[in-house]
Amino acid sequence: MSLLATNYLTPTGREEAWRFTPLKRLRGLHDGAAVVGDRASLISSHSLPAGVTFMSENLAPLAHSDDVIIERIRGLDGQVSHLSIAANTEVAEPILLGRSNGALETAELSRVRISLGEHAVATVVIENTGDTVLAEDLEISLAPGSSLTFITLQEFDAQSVYAARHHAVVDKDAHFKSITVTVGGDVVRILPTVEFIAPGGSVELLGVYFATAGQFFEHRMHVDHAVPHAKSRVNFKGALAGRDAHTVWIGDVLIRAIAEGTDTYELNRNLLLSDGARADSVPNLEIETGEIIGAGHASTTGRFDDEQLFYLMSRGITLENARRLVVRGFFNEIVTEIGIEAIQDRLMNRIDNELEKAGT
Amino acid sequence: MSRLEIRNLQVSVKTDAGAVEILKGVDLTIETGETHAIMGPNGSGKSTLAYSIAGHPKYTIVGGSVTLDGADVLDMTVDERAKAGLFLAMQYPVEVPGVSVSNFLRTAATALRGEAPKLRTWVAEVKDAMEALNIDPAFASRNVNEGFSGGEKKRHEIMQLELLKPKIAILDETDSGLDVDALRIVSEGINRAKANGNLGVLLITHYTRILKYIKPDFVHVFANGHIVEEGGPDLADKLEANGYADYVSK
Repeated sequence: MSLLATNYLTPTGREEAWRFTPLKRLRGLHDGAAVVGDRASLISSHSLPAGVTFMSENLAPLAHSDDVIIERIRGLDGQVSHLSIAANTEVAEPILLGRSNGALETAELSRVRISLGEHAVATVVIENTGDTVLAEDLEISLAPGSSLTFITLQEFDAQSVYAARHHAVVDKDAHFKSITVTVGGDVVRILPTVEFIAPGGSVELLGVYFATAGQFFEHRMHVDHAVPHAKSRVNFKGALAGRDAHTVWIGDVLIRAIAEGTDTYELNRNLLLSDGARADSVPNLEIETGEIIGAGHASTTGRFDDEQLFYLMSRGITLENARRLVVRGFFNEIVTEIGIEAIQDRLMNRIDNELEKAGT
Repeated sequence: MSRLEIRNLQVSVKTDAGAVEILKGVDLTIETGETHAIMGPNGSGKSTLAYSIAGHPKYTIVGGSVTLDGADVLDMTVDERAKAGLFLAMQYPVEVPGVSVSNFLRTAATALRGEAPKLRTWVAEVKDAMEALNIDPAFASRNVNEGFSGGEKKRHEIMQLELLKPKIAILDETDSGLDVDALRIVSEGINRAKANGNLGVLLITHYTRILKYIKPDFVHVFANGHIVEEGGPDLADKLEANGYADYVSK
């Protein structure tokens, strides 16, 4: 065990990047107070297909980060849990990674790399479970022509803290699709970030979250169109129920002067299912060139639509079931993108349960 | 046999300028097996009558009563009214994103029948109902009313009427926005539902054209929040010839 270095700029909460986050509940991940436990919890419990390896390696970071937690992680250790998919490998079945030993007394600082060789195609699922304090620097490297569907499931137990950056570096003609699901934990703060390094790439950042009483979930996107002719789509949907449920969605999209032919659209929808919950939603589009295909954003936060509930109830469906149908329907668009039935069913059932617990 | 009795029904709706009374004492009795047409100009309160009976939260009952076989309908929640045997085919059916037609229909049938219909017979039942209304089978996997054309929405409403088998159906301007072919198909669906079950129909419409396909036993003229004239099918012919001008000034 070791103490975190304290020679970093500790956020105070006044910084733009930290203004929503309840720093006191981060269990010392941001200010160096956390005691670091010696564990690397990311595991592969299934046998890996040909062309795929998962091992601990000493790797330099792929991309710069100015997030203080990521800096602290990098300052500690060079060891990276590295999932590598060889060039020209097409993996039909999803590659499942999960978590072993979590702990609340000590923090885990994790570095993860997922790399796809040229023209590799794969789906990777990371199931985050248990009670843990986890800071994670997760970097994804997509070689030219590769395609990754990346599914992260934050199904932590109630006391967990997870602060992470999921950063994808997208090379020429590569495709990156991520589905970020956050339904469990006390504080979850994820920075899904993307950087295009060659033209022709495309990304879809999809997400769902459901916060109930007391939970704080933050998703802070950043898509950097630093090259011409790349495409990005962002679509996050969230529901909140219960006192002091709080979600934050930040959608920063930057189209640099050089990024002609950019096509981007970002969307965030929130469903407030009870009083006392708060959804912050901040789309932020910065455009430095007019020579683009399209750029847009939308953000909505609303309550149950009385007309929808009336329509369903007028067919004999009880209020409770009508609400369940509407909430399932709300999330359905993104959950079905996961494409793995067992996970989709589990999530929908969890959403039903959260709704029931919240007793809206 | 079932009987829906509406007695001196007064309904208001909240507006920025305070409550506005829309229904000013409506009396109407519908029995299963009967078809009643309610005709009247825009803004006369016809849709308010339909939605008030179904229990839409926007409307406040100020006075009067609605009973179905003696049971107090106004005291029931919206879903209880459906379970009691009332059905409202809406003028503007609501989109429910992410909820497929097949899931919706099965959930509704389960709620109304008290148990989930057996999968095999249910699939056949839905398929037949769709075919009869000339609905593309691909509809089953589409989201409820999302992206439906006006005609598709109305056919979907009547398909529900046929599947859910209510005692009394209120059809709120089901004919509006339909072309000639769709009007015929939808009307045939309504007639089929009536022939196959013990159904009373309250048909709300502006126009007499649907009455060429669906023969009403009674015609009621609605103006300014209440019924101003009642008669047999021949009253519709009179309206066709003279319009509503005689009534709106009353």
